[in-house]
Amino acid sequence: MFKLWAAIVKDVKILIRDKVGLTFMFAMPILLVLVITSLQSSTFELVNENKVPLLVCNKDTGVASRQLIQALEKVGMFNLHTTNQNLNGQQVSDTMHKQNALIALVIPANFSAKIALKAKDVSDNALNDFGVKEKTASQTTDSLYSIQFYYHPVLQASYRKSIQGALRSALQLVESKQILQTLYFSLNEKKLPESLENKIVNNQITIQEIPVSKDGSKTIPNATQHNVPAWTIFAMFFIVTSLGSNLVKEKLSGSFIRLKTLPTNYLVALFSKQITYMAVCLTQIIVIFSMGVWLFPLIGLPALNIPNDILALIIVSIVCAWCAISYAQCIGVFAQTQEQANGFGAVSIVLLAAIGGILVPSFAMPHSFQVLLKFSPMYWCLESYYSLFLERGGLHDVFKNILPLLTIAIILQIIAFLGLKKKSLI
Amino acid sequence: MSLALDINNLNFRYAEQTKNCLQDFSLQVETGERFGLFGPNGAGKTTLMHILTGLVSFNNGSIKLLGNELNNNKKSLNNLFGFVPQDFSFYQELSPVENLNFFGAWCGLSKPEIKKRSEELLETLNLTDVRNKPVAKFSGGMKRRVNLAIGVLNNPSILFLDEPTVGVDIQTRHAIIDYLKQLNQNGTTLFYTSHQLHEAESLCTQIALIDEGKLIACNSLPNLLAQHKATNLEELFLTLTGKAYRDSHV
Repeated sequence: MFKLWAAIVKDVKILIRDKVGLTFMFAMPILLVLVITSLQSSTFELVNENKVPLLVCNKDTGVASRQLIQALEKVGMFNLHTTNQNLNGQQVSDTMHKQNALIALVIPANFSAKIALKAKDVSDNALNDFGVKEKTASQTTDSLYSIQFYYHPVLQASYRKSIQGALRSALQLVESKQILQTLYFSLNEKKLPESLENKIVNNQITIQEIPVSKDGSKTIPNATQHNVPAWTIFAMFFIVTSLGSNLVKEKLSGSFIRLKTLPTNYLVALFSKQITYMAVCLTQIIVIFSMGVWLFPLIGLPALNIPNDILALIIVSIVCAWCAISYAQCIGVFAQTQEQANGFGAVSIVLLAAIGGILVPSFAMPHSFQVLLKFSPMYWCLESYYSLFLERGGLHDVFKNILPLLTIAIILQIIAFLGLKKKSLI
Repeated sequence: MSLALDINNLNFRYAEQTKNCLQDFSLQVETGERFGLFGPNGAGKTTLMHILTGLVSFNNGSIKLLGNELNNNKKSLNNLFGFVPQDFSFYQELSPVENLNFFGAWCGLSKPEIKKRSEELLETLNLTDVRNKPVAKFSGGMKRRVNLAIGVLNNPSILFLDEPTVGVDIQTRHAIIDYLKQLNQNGTTLFYTSHQLHEAESLCTQIALIDEGKLIACNSLPNLLAQHKATNLEELFLTLTGKAYRDSHV
């Protein structure tokens, strides 16, 4: 036991004096979690709270275009800048840049007339079907009208689709109103009462948002709940640059020759490193989670809600840390040089993070990756933390994720042991 | 007198080599001797040292260390000897005291034993003033003394020294040689290799010359010089091993 304790003291002292290694293990993940959460949080706010700057170039003078602009204002997600100037494509683009508008709509000059024409056509067809009026020749074409939609290239396809969905909804409203008014006028020869129009058109079914959690709580998932666990896992696995490289350094240095001539098995040294780096990983978790709980609200980011099942959180953290340590140890055993350990270690961690859903959410990955991601230990770490942080699950819920993690860790330990045996290092 | 080291018909070959590094090698070293093993590069000195300290496993033959059979992959005899490798074999980030604390524990010493022995060694090897400074900042001579201190920490019955004075100044060399003689007077058998033949002349009571994995001479220095009509160890060395380059690689 004294030998193990002496090795732990030695490892801790070497670690504390390795300023670059400490920076990689603590400062880098702290910065990452701060920057990524801030960025994603502002994206969430852009979608959920902030309004998207929208330039409307209205070339039409009729009522339908005014109704469309009103409907767009009611959508609530746009900050409208309207111009009635007859701008060409280049001028629209220039105005967008001047007004920092991410998107622009150009309503054509005959927009209201075409809407009215379509409304009359639909109304005539409906009356003909009802047997009230004989059908007249259709005056509309299939491509009735089009609205030009300019967008800044920074907007991603999924975000553009959601904006277009909002635009279609506003257009549908204008069309429906026109058709309804025309149909009502044809039947009653008087204007559709505003109260009835509102009842028919505006009385939309509301959508109630309910986050699903296993403990029945109503914690809303946000950028913090996603990013803090995700980047903590990344930080834990990134100890490969310190542990893997330390192992290689020890193997290559003269100290290893002396260790082999002493009456103590090198496995004690490995065990010491595992305990030391377990403490490092748990410290990383405490530091980054504490930031989420206490620092984030102070700088305007959503606070991290710690799961109710603290025991499950501790167990998941220990298993994740052990898996990260086993991976780093395996790299350290097989790498021939520190450059190999650092280079391969860092690149493989980024790849495993990408595959495991740290960089891109697993649900957004192509189908082929859905199988591949299960080979990344980070995926199982992330799933375990998601069960606790997002689904508010307990120990029994994370068990199915802990088991593969433990399996991976044990396999990595066995591989490292066999590697040491083969190289006659133990 | 009993034997500190008894090697009989030792054969050794690295996996990637076709020729044996040590060929039917036999050697006896009595306890209390200051034994010097010399030979050109690639002669097998370091390989023999690595076999004796358990760093590599031997293929066949027998080795007895202080009467105990040396078996591959057994660490039970490792507390009988000390080893001072040619390379600096300690943690450069740590201070001499921190290194001694760690290696002392791994030698199997208790905490009070480590403390007592560390104090003695730091004092004897003139490292007291820098006891708490990181070794990385030390001069070559100071690092050599730290290397030696760790090697003798467990008061070994036999001490293996692989070029313990390489790259040091005259003062440090004298200090190290004087300390080794003092250690030997206290009962430690020394098994020493070096290319510093003048130094060896003053230190060693018995000399062995090895070439191409075979023992070519073994006796006290005066006897060897008389036998081969040489005036000093260097002349004897060149007479027995020739003047051709001995570049080698594994």
